[in-house]
Amino acid sequence: MNPAQVAIALWTLVVKEIKRFTRIWPQTLLPPSITMAMYFIIFGSLIGSRIGQMDGFSYMDFIVPGLIMMAVITNSYSNVASSFFSNKFQRSVEEMMVSPMPNWVILSGFVLGGMARGLGVGLIVTLVSLFFTRISVAHPLLTVGVVVLTAALFSIGGFINALLANKFDDVSIVPTFVLTPLTYLGGVFYSISLLPTFWQNASLLNPILYMVNVFRHGFLGVSDIPVGWALAAIVAFIIVLFTVALWMLERGKGIRS
Amino acid sequence: MAEPALSIRGLTKVYGNGFHALKGIDLDVEQGDFFALLGPNGAGKSTTLGVVCSLVQKTAGQVSIFGIDIDRDFARAKYHLGVVPQEFNFNQFEKVLDIVLAQAGYYGMPRREALPRAERLLKDLGLWDKRGGSARMLSGGMKRRLMIARALMHRPRLLILDEPTAGVDIELRRSMWEYMRRINREEGTTIILTTHYLEEAESLCRNVAIINHGEIVRNTSVRGLLAELDTETFLLDLAHPVAEAPAIEGFEVRQVDSAQLAVVVHRGQRLNDVFTALGERGIEVVSMRNRANRLEEMFVSMVEQGSDARARAEQVEVGQ
Repeated sequence: MNPAQVAIALWTLVVKEIKRFTRIWPQTLLPPSITMAMYFIIFGSLIGSRIGQMDGFSYMDFIVPGLIMMAVITNSYSNVASSFFSNKFQRSVEEMMVSPMPNWVILSGFVLGGMARGLGVGLIVTLVSLFFTRISVAHPLLTVGVVVLTAALFSIGGFINALLANKFDDVSIVPTFVLTPLTYLGGVFYSISLLPTFWQNASLLNPILYMVNVFRHGFLGVSDIPVGWALAAIVAFIIVLFTVALWMLERGKGIRS
Repeated sequence: MAEPALSIRGLTKVYGNGFHALKGIDLDVEQGDFFALLGPNGAGKSTTLGVVCSLVQKTAGQVSIFGIDIDRDFARAKYHLGVVPQEFNFNQFEKVLDIVLAQAGYYGMPRREALPRAERLLKDLGLWDKRGGSARMLSGGMKRRLMIARALMHRPRLLILDEPTAGVDIELRRSMWEYMRRINREEGTTIILTTHYLEEAESLCRNVAIINHGEIVRNTSVRGLLAELDTETFLLDLAHPVAEAPAIEGFEVRQVDSAQLAVVVHRGQRLNDVFTALGERGIEVVSMRNRANRLEEMFVSMVEQGSDARARAEQVEVGQ
């Protein structure tokens, strides 16, 4: 395929993915908005007012970046995992496999689709948060950069999950038993400085902690960990996972007999 | 001489569970041909086509599409290939028009070119009125036609139809046959067809390969194959019921019911002798027809021969 044809193929796939999650918006866009509004009401307004300050900010201001990031992570991941697995299940993945579209275009199309949903939901959650607090962004470029990179990383993760999945249960195992605990323990609701030394060190093994903290640093200008290292780690994870996903696709893992 | 549309050499497929689906098959399909690949369930038809379409990974062998080796440049080879699989493989929740336009996009076709092409194909296949509806609302026959339209979007030179008329009513099947004949004749599209309706292969195809137990057991022209047919069974409808089948020397005659006889006629025998013998016994025939389609008889006999030979070989193995 020449570059123009590759661009058309990629655009087709991205538009198709965006159409998919917007067509079923009551399942994809509405629930996270309501869930996050609940978090803002219960943790931010009701309980947060009794907690006092966290890292020098009101509890509501502290949790807003974490909750936005949580929404981006879970939606990027689950969008690609469910969409690609659904394509496998309905065998419509064969439409792409018989076409001359390179594997990296297939992977990028799904990843960009997942990023679109993750960032879209992130934007909705941000707008919802405006009903509860005033947001100020200390480092806009860093904020946007880290949320885009995080959406990319978890979209690739969702793709690998879908490739390996044999049944619908396999698509929900990772979000339920890995992603959710890591997100909750990744400093969304608290600063790790509150933890005993052992658990502070243990938390440093959690990759989501870095993303949440860099994102919070972008908003508030405070972070528990060095921002540069965190960004480098996210980029390294993206490169490694993209390579793994592409290799699996080339080998036909989970899609070719 | 032009490269074959499809050339297969020594194609072997062993699945992960050790099942030997293809045992080194060779096959050529010439450009412009209408070719039938026949065989019982599990014979290796879909595995062969799966390898050609990149849905199945081969274990060994070579496959070329219009001279392009799929191991060297599969992407370029895929441009020439259109696939209509046996099972529905589109997103049932998408709109009909979106499904065909997306397929064009995957081949890098610009939308301004894809839209008129989609309109023409959907109109030709009677789906234009359904273009805005979800694919799951289509009937089974419409879904099959949708897959044909989708496969033709990028103007493939080789179209693979894996049981395209399965579950389609007779009237619709005939109209689909006519459409396939048209694209083969007018656009020069090479078509490879697998089907369980042997009447379909006999009516549409010029050449045929029969595959059984992962091996090509025959590869010849349909006409040549039919010429080899050794026996034909005729059903005779009688004017008056008979108590039992009359014995006619040299012919096998069976009673289907009181007013119908089945007569097996071998090559070289004259049907006229049957009528003479029946006339002598006062049995009057009012109409006559073939019991089944001729290719089907040939196919069944070949597959049975293959199974018998296999059973004998297995017995020898057990004996040893």
